[in-house]
Amino acid sequence: MASRSLQLWYKRLVLPGFGVTIGFTVVYLSLIVLIPLAATFAKASGLGWDSFFRMVTSARVVASYQVTFGISLAAAIINVLFGMATAWILVRYRFPGRKFLDAVVDLPFALPTAVAGIALAAIYSTNGWLGKPIFALTGWKIAYTQLGILVALVFVGLPFVVRTLQPVLQDLDPEFEEAAASLGASRFQTFMRVVAPELFPSLLTGFALAFARAVGEYGSVVFIAGNMPMKTEIVPLLIITKLEQYDYRGATAIAVVMLVISFVMLLLINGLQRWSRGANAR
Amino acid sequence: MAFTPPKARPTLHDPWYIRGGLVAAAIIFLALFLLVPLCAVFYEALQKGLGAYFAAFGDPAAQAAIRLTLLVAAIAVPANLIFGVAAAWAIAKFRFPAKSLLVTLIDLPFAVSPVVSGLIYVLLFGSQGWFGPLLQAHGIKIIFAVPGIVLATLFVTFPFIARELIPLMQAQGNDEEQAALSLGASGWQTFWRVTLPNIRWGLLYGVILCNARAMGEFGAVSVVSGHIRGLTNTIPLQVEILYNEYNYVAAFAMASLLASVALVTLLIKSVAEWRIRATEKASTNQNLEYA
Repeated sequence: MASRSLQLWYKRLVLPGFGVTIGFTVVYLSLIVLIPLAATFAKASGLGWDSFFRMVTSARVVASYQVTFGISLAAAIINVLFGMATAWILVRYRFPGRKFLDAVVDLPFALPTAVAGIALAAIYSTNGWLGKPIFALTGWKIAYTQLGILVALVFVGLPFVVRTLQPVLQDLDPEFEEAAASLGASRFQTFMRVVAPELFPSLLTGFALAFARAVGEYGSVVFIAGNMPMKTEIVPLLIITKLEQYDYRGATAIAVVMLVISFVMLLLINGLQRWSRGANAR
Repeated sequence: MAFTPPKARPTLHDPWYIRGGLVAAAIIFLALFLLVPLCAVFYEALQKGLGAYFAAFGDPAAQAAIRLTLLVAAIAVPANLIFGVAAAWAIAKFRFPAKSLLVTLIDLPFAVSPVVSGLIYVLLFGSQGWFGPLLQAHGIKIIFAVPGIVLATLFVTFPFIARELIPLMQAQGNDEEQAALSLGASGWQTFWRVTLPNIRWGLLYGVILCNARAMGEFGAVSVVSGHIRGLTNTIPLQVEILYNEYNYVAAFAMASLLASVALVTLLIKSVAEWRIRATEKASTNQNLEYA
């Protein structure tokens, strides 16, 4: 009897609802995400290896990979540089308007990509607010060139580096910097040898997140890109173009390449996040 | 003799030119990429005056787009809310094998390009898809119809609420729930009276982000919608059509609705973050004061 009541009491302390919640989670995840993704791979496997390979390596597709990955890389690098500066001033400095800037950083998460796209196209076209003076001063066209794609991809990736770096900077104990300085290190040495190694894992995470987001981005790019095949055509646009021509096989093949890249990026980012969490827990 | 403290943390002060330079660089960067586009939306919308601005909303196609966007968000957000709470409860409150795999799988939709997110449903339910012939035989339309738009939106907004809640509930642990249960509360009572009040700001934050994305999703919805005016156009798709017709005032007027949603989202997010931080501080204040 005693053991039975003890057992009952113990059972009460274990929270209820595991079966229902895990069951619902797995079923919903399977229906919305896993089964559709698996079906895509199944569809692609019906294409046959030869025709699949031919479809994903045709000249126009390869050119779109170059545009997408090259410009995404450039955008992620710009986001690392300015994201680091932004995170640094938001955490370390006090100046009027700081809270406002902090809130505004998330705008690309909240503003629909199509809205961002038409706004950027309007600003950076040769008669826009910024496009006009830039064209007059340097002769560079931004909208409807690869630079336009770069602008859009910098926009969508902007919050990632700032938001991954900010909590790490916040938790960085100033004592280490004081110790370095008291031992005679210059501010630059302190930054390079004490601060930078601490920030590096999260910087890399932010870079990977911004890059992954840029690679898949569609809405903000199509309005500003000009969408010229071989020059300013991104991979997601090419998928849509194929769909509009009822070339489902071609669209599926390219989509599978993109999916595989997405999965690799996701695993990489997970690994990086674990690494940066480990580095910060030290 | 009065004790004069040494100059406070001189080493933490970057030289003035670095401070100034960094602040200027960051502000110019954020202004160019964030503030100017935001202002441009409202400027372009109001360029021909308030009359033209409001006339844009008189168009029946515009009104249909607004209704459809609200409908899609009204389905997608609650569905992902229920999923998010259930997933966070299972993942944060219990131990089980393959948990980290499950968390990674929940993140999947974030990694997938919006266009591909739409395409996977076309391959399932489109006329060329797995279930295409079956659906056609029964006269059910999913692709190029509202159900497809809802599905694509469900997919792209899938992780938002779960991702917000899982770390929050993990950090809070099980102690309070166990106390409630041992005092005789039922499972539901424990959830409503103990867990929910603890996570309410994080929950709100997840819901508004999910909603902003649901209303603003473009790529995925664009693939499955078919762009049928008055029937399958959401606000972002209507913006695209108007823009491509050079009807800039109307395009930006519709866009200004979504930009306003984004601004409200950021505002609520700032308040929610501030509240989350305030609750965290309240619980650790004692430790901080003596640290």
